[in-house]
Amino acid sequence: MIMPKKHNRFWQPGLSIQGKWHHRSYTIKRELGSGAIGSVYLCSVNGKDVALKISDNTSSMMMEVNVLKSLSKVQGHSLGPSLLDVDDWIAPDGNAYSFYAMEYIHGEKLPIFIKKNGSVWLGVFMLQLLDDLEHLHQAGWVFGDLKTENLLVELQPPRIRWVDVGGTTKIGRAIKEYTEFYDRGFWNLGTRRAEPSYDLFAFVMIFISIYHPRKFDKGKYPKATILKKIDDIKALTLYRHCLKKAILGKYQTSAEMKQDVRTILYNERRKDKRVNSESSMLPFIVELISIGLVSGGFYISSLFIPF
Amino acid sequence: MKTGTLKQILLITDGCSNQGEDPVAVAALAKEQGITVNVIGILDETQSEEAVGLQEVEGIAMSGGGISQLVYKEALPQTVQMVTKQAMTQTLQGFVNTELQQILGPTQTMEDLAPEQRGEIMEVVEDLGETCDLEVLVLIDMSASMTNKLPMVKEALFDLSISLNARIGRNRFSMYTFPGKRKEINKIFNWSPKLDKISQVFPKLTSGGITPTGPALREAIYQFSKKSLFRSFQKDDHAEEA
Repeated sequence: MIMPKKHNRFWQPGLSIQGKWHHRSYTIKRELGSGAIGSVYLCSVNGKDVALKISDNTSSMMMEVNVLKSLSKVQGHSLGPSLLDVDDWIAPDGNAYSFYAMEYIHGEKLPIFIKKNGSVWLGVFMLQLLDDLEHLHQAGWVFGDLKTENLLVELQPPRIRWVDVGGTTKIGRAIKEYTEFYDRGFWNLGTRRAEPSYDLFAFVMIFISIYHPRKFDKGKYPKATILKKIDDIKALTLYRHCLKKAILGKYQTSAEMKQDVRTILYNERRKDKRVNSESSMLPFIVELISIGLVSGGFYISSLFIPF
Repeated sequence: MKTGTLKQILLITDGCSNQGEDPVAVAALAKEQGITVNVIGILDETQSEEAVGLQEVEGIAMSGGGISQLVYKEALPQTVQMVTKQAMTQTLQGFVNTELQQILGPTQTMEDLAPEQRGEIMEVVEDLGETCDLEVLVLIDMSASMTNKLPMVKEALFDLSISLNARIGRNRFSMYTFPGKRKEINKIFNWSPKLDKISQVFPKLTSGGITPTGPALREAIYQFSKKSLFRSFQKDDHAEEA
């Protein structure tokens, strides 16, 4: 593990952070998570909940803000949390911190949701994610650090959302941030250049990681290792073919992959119907026979009843 | 806009120097000459962050204008590329800050700007980081205690080349180890855009307890200046051809 830089301990619930420029004041409720650049806290401002990311790494924070701003320009589609405020905070010890406030997305972690509600939801989330990725790619961006930890399932209605878009990179550039397990470069299966296919690789790893929460080593033959894992996960049998295609970089766009997943789901639904209509005959026949038997029995027994 | 070339020395070590001049002083010299010194200190499983001997790591990077990080060997690949990229941003930001001070006055830094303007400046820094050329001289400590760490070092350097070669700007790498047999450092790999031949050339270990980090760094700086001299000739040749 990477040794974390010494963290400041004054981030306690109840602490009030006031912006230097816009003077809004935020009260920390609890920590939501922390990463390589800064920590995210649940805060309240004027009685509303927001997620606040704060860090002493001003430059990286500004880059993230730039990404959030450009994502908000992707119209008619909420990609990632919406940005509410950007400001600085001068701590009591005199150090300056940068922070930004964003929409607080409340939901369940993807693996937990699937565990509770079953693998029927896999196809739904695949389509939702591929749809979002398609919009993102069309706007000229690649998500980069796409991983299970950066996703949440909003409930009622269940909708998968991105919570951390810090790794988002312009298409054609070097991926800004990544996590080894989800990175095709790490698996010797491609470059680290921002292309739609980079995200599609990570997309597949998300669905594998649901069934391998502790991840796995790449072994001597990384490609074979992944393909075998896909084969071994029963819940993914249906999607096996297109997941493998994405791992091998055979989809140029998320639209192509979405089309394949949709076809699979459509065929499955039709098959379901057919199976249902056959199986629904069975109880009917059983019922007919048993009615016949019962009435026959009554008839025979009635012959023995003396008058 | 024509962007320049960033020069970095990446020092990978697991212990403190015990021979020759003070590496912290040599690193300051490198910074003077426009070369950033980044240092990765590899921890043994039993060591903690406060390990004796590894404190030097932070000192060298600080005086060399670079970034330092202590890691266990498993995290090397991710760390090496991160440190290199962060140091690039830091250097570029330093340039931009200097420019800003010339325009806005000596007391103004980026932190004094409102977040909106700072965001625009960071966009410029990011663009520069993506498009500038980069030269990294990798300097590896080959003392005996590094034996079990070398496979991960190899993997980390391979990974670094994947990360950097995804950029639009050009890269050149070279690799040296120390201590050398008769000289301060051993050339393993001359300037080349890719590090993927690294597995063939990865050197055998020299045993022995000496770690002359200071002299090795000085030699690395010399390799840089030698190269830029040579290159300036090459550039002239190209100019004539064109």
